[in-house]
Amino acid sequence: MEALAMDQKGYRRGSFQSATSDEDMLEIAGASMDFSMADDDPPLDREMGGFSSYNGGGMNGTSTMMDFLEEPLPGVGTYEDFNTIDWVREKSRDRDRHREITSRSKESTWALLHSVSDAFSGWLLMLLIGLLAGEGKPPDLKEGVCLAGFWFNHEHCCWKSNTTFTDRDKCPEWKSWSQLILGHGEGAFAYILNYLMYVIWALMFSLLAVLLVKGFAPYACGSGIPEIKTILSGFIIRGYLGKWTLVIKTITLVLAVSSGLSLGKEGPLVHVACCCGNILCHLFTKYRKNEAKRREVLSAAAAAGVSVAFGAPIGGVLFSLEEVSYYFPLKTLWRSFFAALVAAFTLRSINPFGNSRLVLFYVEFHMPWHLLELVPFILLGIFGGLWGAFFIRSNIAWCRRRKTTRLGKYPVLEVLVVTAITAILAFPNEYTRMSTSELISELFNDCGILDSSKLCEYVNDFNSTKGDDLPDRAAGPGVYTAMWQLALALIMKVFITIFTFGMKVPSGLFIPSMAVGAIAGRLLGVAVEQLAFYHHDWPIFSGWCSQGADCITPGLYAMVGAAACLGGVTRMTVSLVVIMFELTGGLEYIVPLMAAAMTSKWVADAIGREGIYDAHIRLNGYPFLEAKEEFSHKTRAMDVMRPRKNDPPLTVITQDSMSVEDVETIVSSTTYSGYPVVVSRTDLIISIENARKKQDGIVSTSVICFTDYCPPLPPSSPSVLKLRSILDLSPFTVTDETPMEIVVDIFRKLGLRQCLVTHNGKLLGIITKKDVLKHIAQMANQDPDSILFN
Amino acid sequence: MAARGARLCPLLLLLAALAGLGAEAKNSEDVRCKCICPPYKDHSGHIYNKNVSQKDCDCLHVVEPMPVPGPDVEAYCLRCECKYEERSSVTIKVTIIIYLSILGLLLLYMVYLTLVEPILKRRLLGHSQLIQSDEDIGDHQPFANAHDVLARSRSRANVLNKVEYAQQRWKLQVQEQRKSVFDRHVVLS
Repeated sequence: MEALAMDQKGYRRGSFQSATSDEDMLEIAGASMDFSMADDDPPLDREMGGFSSYNGGGMNGTSTMMDFLEEPLPGVGTYEDFNTIDWVREKSRDRDRHREITSRSKESTWALLHSVSDAFSGWLLMLLIGLLAGEGKPPDLKEGVCLAGFWFNHEHCCWKSNTTFTDRDKCPEWKSWSQLILGHGEGAFAYILNYLMYVIWALMFSLLAVLLVKGFAPYACGSGIPEIKTILSGFIIRGYLGKWTLVIKTITLVLAVSSGLSLGKEGPLVHVACCCGNILCHLFTKYRKNEAKRREVLSAAAAAGVSVAFGAPIGGVLFSLEEVSYYFPLKTLWRSFFAALVAAFTLRSINPFGNSRLVLFYVEFHMPWHLLELVPFILLGIFGGLWGAFFIRSNIAWCRRRKTTRLGKYPVLEVLVVTAITAILAFPNEYTRMSTSELISELFNDCGILDSSKLCEYVNDFNSTKGDDLPDRAAGPGVYTAMWQLALALIMKVFITIFTFGMKVPSGLFIPSMAVGAIAGRLLGVAVEQLAFYHHDWPIFSGWCSQGADCITPGLYAMVGAAACLGGVTRMTVSLVVIMFELTGGLEYIVPLMAAAMTSKWVADAIGREGIYDAHIRLNGYPFLEAKEEFSHKTRAMDVMRPRKNDPPLTVITQDSMSVEDVETIVSSTTYSGYPVVVSRTDLIISIENARKKQDGIVSTSVICFTDYCPPLPPSSPSVLKLRSILDLSPFTVTDETPMEIVVDIFRKLGLRQCLVTHNGKLLGIITKKDVLKHIAQMANQDPDSILFN
Repeated sequence: MAARGARLCPLLLLLAALAGLGAEAKNSEDVRCKCICPPYKDHSGHIYNKNVSQKDCDCLHVVEPMPVPGPDVEAYCLRCECKYEERSSVTIKVTIIIYLSILGLLLLYMVYLTLVEPILKRRLLGHSQLIQSDEDIGDHQPFANAHDVLARSRSRANVLNKVEYAQQRWKLQVQEQRKSVFDRHVVLS
């Protein structure tokens, strides 16, 4: 016994460095890539009374100190790729560890410091995550170059020059491509040259992006939020939050946004923040070893990511709570708050937006709105809901086609074609030529006396101006041009985003949907404004909108439209409203935002139940047990458990009478991931291998004993292999008559992987998470075979 | 403990660099007061920029030369809107240069991996070894890989071997990822 313990300790020291990173787990797991057959149905037959503890989990007080401290073999207690973690086991491991450290802290000051540092490691981790946030504005090479320094974009290039009012966009330091090459910027030839350079730069950026993704980190494509949701609910995807994914995603995100594609960067920034969180977890033992604790850190990292992306810290915390996280205890709430706070502070000190303001689309108007305007706001909400449902349906159909047909075989070509189409269609219309963030800023902006854009070309009456508070005016010709250009931009954006989201470059969804909503909102706002101006004597307007007053603010309609469309696609409510008013600084407009968000959610939910991220989760077949839905069918546990009536009887491992050879045969001939007396497959493999090497006298005919006190054997038989330490002490059991509602609730709330089914104390079968998911899919008349993973 | 310290080191350096950037003395060129003055009577609108401090950021200090005669100055200035802005051009420059250098390094590495390395390998090791290293290491025996894991701590004394081994392992990982994402379309639609 002593020899065994010391051997194990020595083993631990030797191979700790290698067994701690994610990359190593790939090799330990062995045949983990062949998951099409990895059915999670360990069969059971006879009554199994003996349950034991998982590695080092010391359930009984009689275990010695050495047993307790003994770190298990490397690889024992870890998970294979594309498998679900066992939340209960992870939580109990952490509790034991904490208890262990606390009891030792009384022994010496060093141990006391260790316990204090352990407690604070969580906060320190949050600090580090927050500090790693940052962002910059890349130069806009598609349209021209800044001669003062190529790293400046257009706005920063013209920082110092004095320009005339109407020509404020032109300054001598900024040269468009035709000006550089030809020497002048006018004429048809110059226009064609600009067009060509625009398309060429766009293609080059997107080609670089997709080649980098394909060559270095294939997991860096897409938005990342569906996969992070699944990871946070307990799934393992090794390498998804790794170093290479982090680097490649950051680099290619900037390239993809610069190439003019209709995508945003918020979703990928959440992924990047979670990668940072995951990498920093390796610095602290508390989080490196324990998958459940690590997910707490990842929830906080997601909050920090949104905080950096939008400059919206509170919205980030709420987004993490509502959309991304699965288990979100109060402790995680405080820690996310702290991480978002530090991230916002770092962002402010780096000052990327150049005006010491945190918010992306700062609006400066504070006009009041009237109750009657709720009618157009609700109309915008309905539009948002309809567009959201339409977008989700078409995007999922297109992605499904990409997964199943030959379209998916040419990812690089697909990206290039979509970029070419986007660039060719976008250049002629000035509203699609500018970057989407600038477009949204311009649409949110109310027209004051100092604005000279086309959208603000109203018929001005200079004699009656009272400072900056302009009344409602008739639209000039500029406004009409802007209206139909915006309508064309709306149609283009609605259709091109369907093909862009989900491509093999990092792509986010927030900014394009906000753009669609902002355009629709501004159009409606200008329409209502003109209606109020020309028909100010109608009864609905005469009460509150007299002639010469400024009643309608089209910028507000754009804000409400943006919130409605974003809500329709993602089905966020509280976090959406908080993000919107943190983005714009418009606290007076909470009620219209809430009304639009609720309306769009109701309309979209009436058409299709899932948001975009849940729809992608279902498309990919991840084992995500939806926490927001109620299970409302009258099935019982025995309808779902395995084995069913016609299945072969269950494979079982007895507690003290099977030999090593028998167990090896069972493990090689089946692919179940666990066996009663519930022991995990990986643990079993590694323990037997190790025992063969390290312990004397273990041969194929040695008996494996899972109990505390093994039965005595005749002296001529080979020595016994004790594997009690890798057993699970407390698998959950339900009776066969338990309604499935309760079983689903248990799986959801406790994060179980499997659950035993008994009848009159006798073991009948087992229900795994995959069975539950298949059952839910069957009940909802969806394809149960789409659940790929367990 | 030492390993953890070594891992923290580059992190701390990065943090120090960022803090240094943020606290750097502001370049005098990086602050400005921007006054936008709309058209007034027969004068067209104009935008004035000047780097003055925040307390001097108003119409009277910034708008030079004043286009309107004395009595009209107040009316003109009332319509002008002056804003104080600052930026850090050093941060922008450093960020873009760091970004471009990382991008350049990645591109060079990609070119090396796709073009140069097979040529080098073929010349040095001969054809047969190349085929063997490209083989799919998808060993399905459950006990064989456990054997690998437990045996790994002994070998690899040579540093070059270690680098080579790490690179091989990384390439295998990327290959697996590429198969899941691009070929089988199992993860990430």
